[in-house]
Formats: sequence, C-alpha cells, structure tokens
Amino acid sequence: MKLSEVKDILDAEVIVGEECLDLEVKTAFGADLMSDVLAYAKAGSMLLTGLTNTQVVRTANVLDIAAIILVRGKKPSQETVSLAQELKIPILTTKYILFETAGRLYLKGIVGCLPKVESTSGRN
Amino acid sequence: MEETNRNIYSGQFDIEGGNFNAAGTVSTSIKSILKKLNIPGEIVRKAAIVSYEAEINVVSYAKKAVVRLTVAPKKVHIEVDDTGPGIPNIELAMQEGYSTADQRIREMGFGAGMGLSNIKNYSDEFHIESEVGKGTRLQMTIQTP
Repeated sequence: MKLSEVKDILDAEVIVGEECLDLEVKTAFGADLMSDVLAYAKAGSMLLTGLTNTQVVRTANVLDIAAIILVRGKKPSQETVSLAQELKIPILTTKYILFETAGRLYLKGIVGCLPKVESTSGRN
Repeated sequence: MEETNRNIYSGQFDIEGGNFNAAGTVSTSIKSILKKLNIPGEIVRKAAIVSYEAEINVVSYAKKAVVRLTVAPKKVHIEVDDTGPGIPNIELAMQEGYSTADQRIREMGFGAGMGLSNIKNYSDEFHIESEVGKGTRLQMTIQTP
C-alpha cells in the first residue's frame, strides 16, 4: 500500500516527507528498542516506535527503513525533524498506541518484516 | 593488507566518546561514500549497520576511536580502533543480552546487549581484540559479489 493509505488508516499527521506519500510499503517492524530494530528490521519496512530521538532516524537510515511511524502521539524534536529531512526519511505520527497501530495496519494487509525470530543466534 | 595497491577507496574518521548527538554521523558518511562507489545496496546496508553499532559502542563506552574504511575490489573492510576501558571478558560481551549499559544509553534505545553479536552476524569476517585499560579494536569485512 501507499504511505498515503497508511496515513489515512492511522489518522496520522505527516511531519517529514509530505512529498513521499506515494511510496509503496508492505512490511513493518515495531519496537522501542533500537538494538532490536538493528538486529531484525528489514530494508523497505516501516518502523513503528515511540522513541523520538535522533538515533531513531540514524537507525532508520542505516537499515534503509522506508518510513518512521511514531505512535502514542509522540512528536519528534526539531533536531530529529531536521535530520530526517536531511536524510529524506518520512516521519508520521499517530495517536494510536503501538498495539492498535500494528493491528490496524495488519488488518489492511501490512505484515511484519519477519513473523518471528528464529533463535537467539544466527538470525542474519 | 595484501590488496593495498588495488584499493578503490581508503579513508578514516574520528569518533568522540560520550558525544551522543554525533553518534551515527560516521556510519552515515560511510553509507554515502559506499553508495557513491556504486557498491550494491545490501552490502552498503551491512557496512552501515556494523559501523553504526560500533559507533554506538564507542560513544557509550570509549574515550575516542579511529574508524578506517577500506574498499577493495571484492570487499569492504571497516576497522574501529578505540581508546577506552577495554573489555575484560570478550566471550561474555559477545553474548546476546549481556550488557553493562547505563540509563543514558538505554534511554536512547540501546544497551540491550545485542551490538557485538549483531556486528558479527552482519559481517562475513569479524575480529575483536581488547586490552583492559587501553582499548578495543574491531575488524569487520563484508564481501562484495
């Protein structure tokens, strides 16, 4: 689905990347722990998170994350916004909690970028 | 290194320990350099992930570090050489979930004890050596097709 549909489903506000709403997304990963995002998230996925610091944008950048969806109504700092603009990573914010955000997207066909972790080692 | 004469690129970057605001700038630079060299996307992604994890470690624990990036025809090599407390027990530090991170690191979303094992998983070759009271040196090699 297009990012514009994600925006509608989540009744979200676009903070960065109004021009990127035609982007196609199929998968997502949700966590507040960037260590896990780095270990498991796949390229082209959306990142659903409640963290708003600049490291969320850095993490998204190294992983080639398609878009950051901030949950629980979180608003990023100006620093985070500036970095996302520089690195061209869309940021949307929704008032839905992480569980609802994931559930609403899943109902419309978005799936996890991996269904479950295989084991605690050799996951790459 | 045996392929020195045939390197496509070599360069180095500094990381300042404790500077959380700058954490990630070196890996962002490495990513853009590799992209400009037309390295395949998946290789660039792996190099960015391992350098970012290493950068987070340096910022979290060390005083400073030098990162050396070398691109040869068949591989990308990244060395992160830090001046810092070193790691007393490397085997323990490599275990997923083992962490000595403080609250500040955890608030940033890190410190889950996944960094070193993640670096190893994303590298084709990984070496770590450390001396307590001196520092730690990581070497990561990612092969290109």
